[in-house]
Amino acid sequence: MANIMIRKSAAGGLVFYLPKRDIEDAISSIEFDTPEKWGGELKLANGGTYYIDPIPEPARLPISLRAKRVDGVE
Amino acid sequence: MSAISREETQELIQEVLEVYPEKAKKDRAKHLMINDKTLESSKKCITSNRKSLPGVMTMRGCAYAGSKGVVWGPIKDIISISHGPIGCGQYARGGRRNYFAGTSGVDAFCELNITSDFQEKDIVFGGDKKLAKLIDEIEMLFPLNKGISIQSECPVGLIGDDIEAVAKKKAADIGKPVIPVRCEGFRGVSQSLGHHIANDSVRDWVINNRAGQEFESTPYDVAILGDYNIGGDAWASRILLEEMGLRVVAQWSGDGTLAEMENTPNVKLNLLHCYRSMNYISRYMEEKFGIPWMEYNFFGPTKIKESLREIASHFDDKIKEGAERVIAKYTPAMEEIIAKYKPRLQGKKVMLYVGGLRPRHVVGAYEDLGMEVVGTGYEFAHNDDYDRTIKEMGDATLIYDDATGHELEDFVNKLKPDLIGSGIKEKYVFHKMGYPFRQLHSWDYSGPYHGYDGFAIFAKDMDLTVNNPVWQMMKAPWLKDAA
Ligand code: SF4
Repeated sequence: MANIMIRKSAAGGLVFYLPKRDIEDAISSIEFDTPEKWGGELKLANGGTYYIDPIPEPARLPISLRAKRVDGVE
Repeated sequence: MSAISREETQELIQEVLEVYPEKAKKDRAKHLMINDKTLESSKKCITSNRKSLPGVMTMRGCAYAGSKGVVWGPIKDIISISHGPIGCGQYARGGRRNYFAGTSGVDAFCELNITSDFQEKDIVFGGDKKLAKLIDEIEMLFPLNKGISIQSECPVGLIGDDIEAVAKKKAADIGKPVIPVRCEGFRGVSQSLGHHIANDSVRDWVINNRAGQEFESTPYDVAILGDYNIGGDAWASRILLEEMGLRVVAQWSGDGTLAEMENTPNVKLNLLHCYRSMNYISRYMEEKFGIPWMEYNFFGPTKIKESLREIASHFDDKIKEGAERVIAKYTPAMEEIIAKYKPRLQGKKVMLYVGGLRPRHVVGAYEDLGMEVVGTGYEFAHNDDYDRTIKEMGDATLIYDDATGHELEDFVNKLKPDLIGSGIKEKYVFHKMGYPFRQLHSWDYSGPYHGYDGFAIFAKDMDLTVNNPVWQMMKAPWLKDAA
């Protein structure tokens, strides 16, 4: 488990940021993306996959969350 | 890029690696790369922010240097105590020439070296009492200070002193913020973790100090983050922002004050110059207060123009017009400078090896002068820095991370640059090898280099260095080939 931050990029997409390891990458897909349920598996542009527990869609980004690494770049 | 092909660069890297023993070779190979602009992420081709190999000569500093020397030191109205033995502080005391407006020793304290000067007995019995006494003495001697930060050196962490407890108690006693910073030098692999720790301590002990207090804000409030006012850099940047109609509420941390930092949560936009040392607090402020941040680059007219427009795009038409006005005002002067120096510098090759920002940020300024950066690298960058660097550099440019003395010398010998920009530790080595050199950490006692005014000085300095006649006299007359 690691603390990560999700923010909006200037272009409007979601950006994943993992401090200390300094992984900063676009999120290419997010498993759940509805107002009630948001999160699940995050696929990154660099090929990595992380998992966050689904939550109601945050009212404001950025948001800090706990994430699990599923696969790919550490 | 034309000077050297991808294959040649690869050969060069192989050659340099030859001297290392097997294990070291494997490790160092990961820190050297050839730029490929098509790459999105640097992760696969360069490794960074790892421990330096024992036995090689690295140019890095320690976490304490990153916190005290870089982030906390330049805040002018607080006193940063170098807590521990006296030596560490001596080398982190205003050596970067962080300019400030104020009277040294009265209301500005950047140039003082205030230390608890640990002796054997402090190591044996602990230094907390001494620290408390030191804070009382500071209050008596320098009553105009606005706060005190305690910068831990190695021994403080080793003997397990409780500086947080002392800080809390003394803050109540003197009625000013006292900020404990756990930046012992042994933490992390370089000064970079010191920046992070310093950011975290600002987050925990400073940024919320004025929460709920009234603040007269305007829609045009911004803060300059990650500008340490080296040789006046932040001033040269600030005037441009003000000229375009923005109000600069805070400077972090060159010529900055504690009050400015405490007021920063009220700004509309954080402008981040040095990404490496202050991205942490920018990200925090974005999440906590909803303040967007953007990176900008005030080196050289091309980048300044881009940055001014990008900054303006966050505001209304008044500011956008302001940005155009500023650009129009300075463009003729910049053209004049380029017309004067470009013919003297055109085609010259530059090699850089600096800290966490300049290896990519100054590239534009060199290009404005017609110069070409053939190699670049960072002492303590992380992967996100390299991600950003790949885009700035030409294809097939050599990139090195945490380069060793041997690697730098070899690269220079092979690439034969016309100018090297690096730190004081490298300066005299390259002078002796006969290469023009500028110390690019603190501008070689010159500056400012930021902003339009800074570019004028930058161009002149580069010309003075590259075209200095002394470089033709490196060979003794009796050793010269008969002409
Ligand atoms: S590593 Fe430790 S002892 Fe050395 S300068 Fe840094 S804080 Fe001081």
